[in-house]
Amino acid sequence: MSNPRWSRDQIAARIANDIPDGSYVNLGIGAPTLVGNHLPEGREIVLHSENGILGMGPAPGPGEGHPDLINAGKQPVTQLVGAAFFHHADSFAMMRGGHLDICVLGAFQVAASGDLANWSTGEPGAVPAVGGAMDLASGARRVFVMMDHRTKSGEPKIVERCTYPLTGVGCVSRIYTDLAVIDVTPEGLVARDWVEGLSFDELREATGAPLADGRA
Amino acid sequence: MINRIVDSPEAAVADIFDGATVLIGGFGGVGVPNELIDALIAQGARDLTVVNNNAGNAELGVAALLKAGQVRKIVCSFPRQADSYVFDGLYRSGKLELELVPQGTLAERIRAAGAGIGAFFCPTGYGTPLAEGKETRIIDGRGQVLEHALHADFALVRAKLADRWGNLTYSKTARNFGPVMAAAARCTIAQVDRIVELGELDPETIVTPGIHVKRVVRVAPAADAQAS
Repeated sequence: MSNPRWSRDQIAARIANDIPDGSYVNLGIGAPTLVGNHLPEGREIVLHSENGILGMGPAPGPGEGHPDLINAGKQPVTQLVGAAFFHHADSFAMMRGGHLDICVLGAFQVAASGDLANWSTGEPGAVPAVGGAMDLASGARRVFVMMDHRTKSGEPKIVERCTYPLTGVGCVSRIYTDLAVIDVTPEGLVARDWVEGLSFDELREATGAPLADGRA
Repeated sequence: MINRIVDSPEAAVADIFDGATVLIGGFGGVGVPNELIDALIAQGARDLTVVNNNAGNAELGVAALLKAGQVRKIVCSFPRQADSYVFDGLYRSGKLELELVPQGTLAERIRAAGAGIGAFFCPTGYGTPLAEGKETRIIDGRGQVLEHALHADFALVRAKLADRWGNLTYSKTARNFGPVMAAAARCTIAQVDRIVELGELDPETIVTPGIHVKRVVRVAPAADAQAS
């Protein structure tokens, strides 16, 4: 049996395509940053970075960066026409105050209830770090998760209850994985689409919580 | 006459005392007042509580202060970096206390201190390990956590331009924690690229009014001063 799956860029492109024109969006560090490379032409989508910029642009060309202009992942970025700078308390007020339409975050686990675990595996001796993850999870109007469907050892990352420390309670709206696009609804998880060559039963087996067939 | 200008970083930090709480601006390597930190290391105050978003990179800035053994406790949101080995070692050996705070809550606790707010209820972190032991309440149907203002004795911030009244402007994302930290400390010390004549800064563009700034010291930016 083959193992059909979407690539990181394919997942990023799907997420980008689901972001409406005029949205204010925060892309989390790591894989979600890829979404910025796939924003559809013709839509004005304003990217927010927690360290105080709206209207963030892509990485600068060689020799074009500014030493005071970075993103949340501390990588050099650019400012687009119409950009604005603000301090940290204002930046997080935008998140906490529900002004961002969408944020895209990575995850270790997502529960059927929309609980998110993405900041700590809780291992003893690990150096903890939370950054802006909890603020984004609790503040953005819609939280999209971008992650692999299973761990490297094949365990489901979509679960009945998170076993890792929580980032936020009931905060995830939609999950994009290498296998499927799944909505978190009050009635439970609903698969909207999944990779060609995978049956719904196979998808259900790879998922650690009850899953409804949204195509049916 | 008001004149906040001080001649050197050494003079600016001379009275930082043992046991002081010190807010230090910066996000990653951007907006960090490295020369003020270097002067604090040379000055030698110990048993400090340091508040910064991170815990330093390599052996620069906050990491150098940690390495010098001057810090008892750090309050931050994201200490772990690819090159945060100074922090990692001190933390694992139990020589450094860590208070981990969600980044927006950190910023708002600092803002609250400057704004005279004692504490506030905030939804961030509700139901997570970072809310354990804290008072919670359901407000408008949402679980919220009581978070207290984060006061400090000193703030060290980096800005771009200043005048002798201490009015400040910043550069791009180097603004980050500077304005809220400047308002929150009893004594704020700003390191700036350039000092201009009073009246040269457009009042519409001043980000931190001089009322929040006790001392200003000019440090000419090195070409690679904010790399990393």
